[in-house]
Amino acid sequence: MTAPAAAVRGSAAVPLPYRVVRRDEETADTVTLALEPAGEGLEPFRPGQFAMVYAFGRGEVPVSVSGVERGGSGGRRGERLLHTVRAVGAVSAGLHGLRPGDGVGVRGPYGTGWEPAAAEGGDVLVVAGGLGLAPLRPLVRELLARPERYGRRSVLLGARTPADLLYREQVRAWSAAEGLLVGAAVDRPGPGWDGDVGTVVALLGRARFHPPDTAAFVCGPEVMMRATARELVHRGVPAHRIRVSLERTMHCGTGHCGHCQLGPVLLCRDGPVLGWDRAGPLLGVREL
Amino acid sequence: MAATDGADGAVIGTGGLAALVRLLRERGRTVVGPTVRDGAVVLAELESADELPYGWGVELEAGRYRLRRRADGAAFAHSAGPQSWKTFLYPQRVRRWSADRGPDGALAVAAEPEPAVSYAFLGVRPCDLRAIAVQDRVLTGGRYADPDYRGRRAGAFLVAVECTEPGATCFCASMGSGPGAGPGYDLALTEVVDADGHRFLARPGTDEGAEILAALPRLPADGGATAQAARTAVAGAADRMGRSMPPVDLRALLRGTLEADRWDDVAARCLTCGNCTMVCPTCFCTAPEDVTDLTGDHAERWRVWDSCFDLEFSHLAGGPVRSSGRSRYRQWLTHKLGTWHDQFGSSGCVGCGRCIVWCPVGIDITEEVHALHAEARGGCGAGGCGCGAAEDGAAEVGAGGVGAGGPGAAPGTGP
Ligand SMILES: Cc1cc2nc3c(=O)[nH]c(=O)nc-3n(C[C@H](O)[C@H](O)[C@H](O)COP(=O)(O)OP(=O)(O)OC[C@H]3O[C@@H](n4cnc5c(N)ncnc54)[C@H](O)[C@@H]3O)c2cc1C
Ligand code: SF4
Ligand code: SF4
Repeated sequence: MTAPAAAVRGSAAVPLPYRVVRRDEETADTVTLALEPAGEGLEPFRPGQFAMVYAFGRGEVPVSVSGVERGGSGGRRGERLLHTVRAVGAVSAGLHGLRPGDGVGVRGPYGTGWEPAAAEGGDVLVVAGGLGLAPLRPLVRELLARPERYGRRSVLLGARTPADLLYREQVRAWSAAEGLLVGAAVDRPGPGWDGDVGTVVALLGRARFHPPDTAAFVCGPEVMMRATARELVHRGVPAHRIRVSLERTMHCGTGHCGHCQLGPVLLCRDGPVLGWDRAGPLLGVREL
Repeated sequence: MAATDGADGAVIGTGGLAALVRLLRERGRTVVGPTVRDGAVVLAELESADELPYGWGVELEAGRYRLRRRADGAAFAHSAGPQSWKTFLYPQRVRRWSADRGPDGALAVAAEPEPAVSYAFLGVRPCDLRAIAVQDRVLTGGRYADPDYRGRRAGAFLVAVECTEPGATCFCASMGSGPGAGPGYDLALTEVVDADGHRFLARPGTDEGAEILAALPRLPADGGATAQAARTAVAGAADRMGRSMPPVDLRALLRGTLEADRWDDVAARCLTCGNCTMVCPTCFCTAPEDVTDLTGDHAERWRVWDSCFDLEFSHLAGGPVRSSGRSRYRQWLTHKLGTWHDQFGSSGCVGCGRCIVWCPVGIDITEEVHALHAEARGGCGAGGCGCGAAEDGAAEVGAGGVGAGGPGAAPGTGP
């Protein structure tokens, strides 16, 4: 019997034990957990990839890696995984309620990443709606770390209210970075909000990019991704250079449970990040 | 191939078949094969070949399954029953891992060991042989292999039995998966019962198959008469298939049907019960089940069969993606015959007919595809495609709106 990559530890069947070492409240219902391997850690994650995170006794859910940190004491590999989790149901609420010291299980890395290498040499747009910024944050880090590789870089953020904007401290720091345009728009402004009001799509008018050589990385609610991609295509960005990250139910991450099908695509394996040339027609079919 | 066998294979009798079961059991294998139980030919562990369904046949129609006595005493003159081999290779419920939480909150996770079971499957129909190959590709052919499936499958010895008696719901010939056995068997048998007696043409497909065959008692050489009779019977079976698919590129056909009206028609009849997915030998979708014991510090992860007909299947925080029956039947059919190719490089249907037989309202996958084809062509008469749908009435059922429900009420598409 040939056993393909099943031998890669933790990536196929069984979660590896990790431990919560930090818990940062981001918004009213969202926290970022820093997880450190209790023993051996997983293989490195590429920006955009996700893990299956196990809340003891409750279940596992797919969660993007929103960052990595060099770890402290524990773990031979020592790399900490950051996960930003919104409590929406049984398992995510279980993860949201964890405290430093609590154990979790993690499997991965799974799925396709943003693959920013293809964007090198051209302008780059990062467009995030709400929690969609979580999987995009490692990509923004990459854009900040290697500005010389890219043309004009813009990060456009949308949220329901100012209080729903993620990583506010960091976003402020990004705004100060040279050559990076950061824009934010909210649906419902609160007191003290001096940014834009409206959808993130409206911010596209502010970003400077040369459409034919632009790469766009988009994540957020499906309606937001659709509106953004349509507008970008309308402005002349090639559909295959618009990458979106899609969400469907996922129970295994290994292409076996069947739940994440989107027509011909198994989203845990062929996605979650897809080019709009592929994703657009599929999302256009109702209830696919 | 065993040196003593001619190109045609060896001939064994019912005594040889009995010896085969004995020998496989002596080698420590759990022999599973067809046997009559609760009014059906089921798959169960066999202690001897006496338990095979000698003298039983089946009558199949959409939504209908009946056992029937046969005068010839044949053991394998029945087509697919309610179960398939996935019952054994990919059980309905398995434990994947256990987790324990220590007093400091740390988790320890233990994988379920790969099953050490050593099966021999006796009487694998060619469609089911193909179905095993399809599941092999899904569950072990990609980047990740399912360890439980791999453990059960790796040790399995497959004795295929070619089909000489197709059922009224069978269409393996049009899926290219029968009635002759394709690759993948350790040993292939073809049953022949005629004036010259009850016997089996036996051909090995692997070294182990050859070794086992060499240890079985043979009938005297008959100058190729049994081999000739076996070939004729299998070729005849191909011509007597009860149903067929339109002779077109089904993958391309299905890709073009996403907005077809026919989905509303079938949705009006479909109960979304998921029976078709449970009996289908290739359907593989599962859901996890997490359980904890009373201490709360021991948890287990189980995996259970799931169905794309279940409303929960496509559940997202905002509600199910596929809430209508139309979208769920469409998902099932377009996956089976179309997008399975994109995902796993083959069709997901082997033409066994189980989904037709075990559908409580007699929905017939071949009839639905003929109707989709007719709709795509703007009606068979107009298109002149020659797919046969116009003659067998499938197009008319579509035009008539909701088909009459009830077991057996759906019109057959075959002779
Ligand atoms: C690639 C990817 C990346 C993601 N990244 C993030 C991220 O970074 N941060 C984040 O917060 N979220 C992320 N999500 C979304 C997150 O996975 C979901 O919010 C989460 O799965 C919700 O699970 P839940 O148990 O909390 O909620 P629920 O909605 O209650 O249930 C989730 C799952 O449990 C099953 N289920 C629920 N109820 C039942 C029932 N009664 N019977 C049977 N099954 C049931 C459903 O099938 C469902 O799949 C991501 C999703 C994907 C696909
Ligand atoms: S779809 Fe129906 S005929 Fe095809 S393999 Fe499955 S059960 Fe058999
Ligand atoms: S096609 Fe038949 S068996 Fe399948 S879900 Fe519908 S009613 Fe049930």
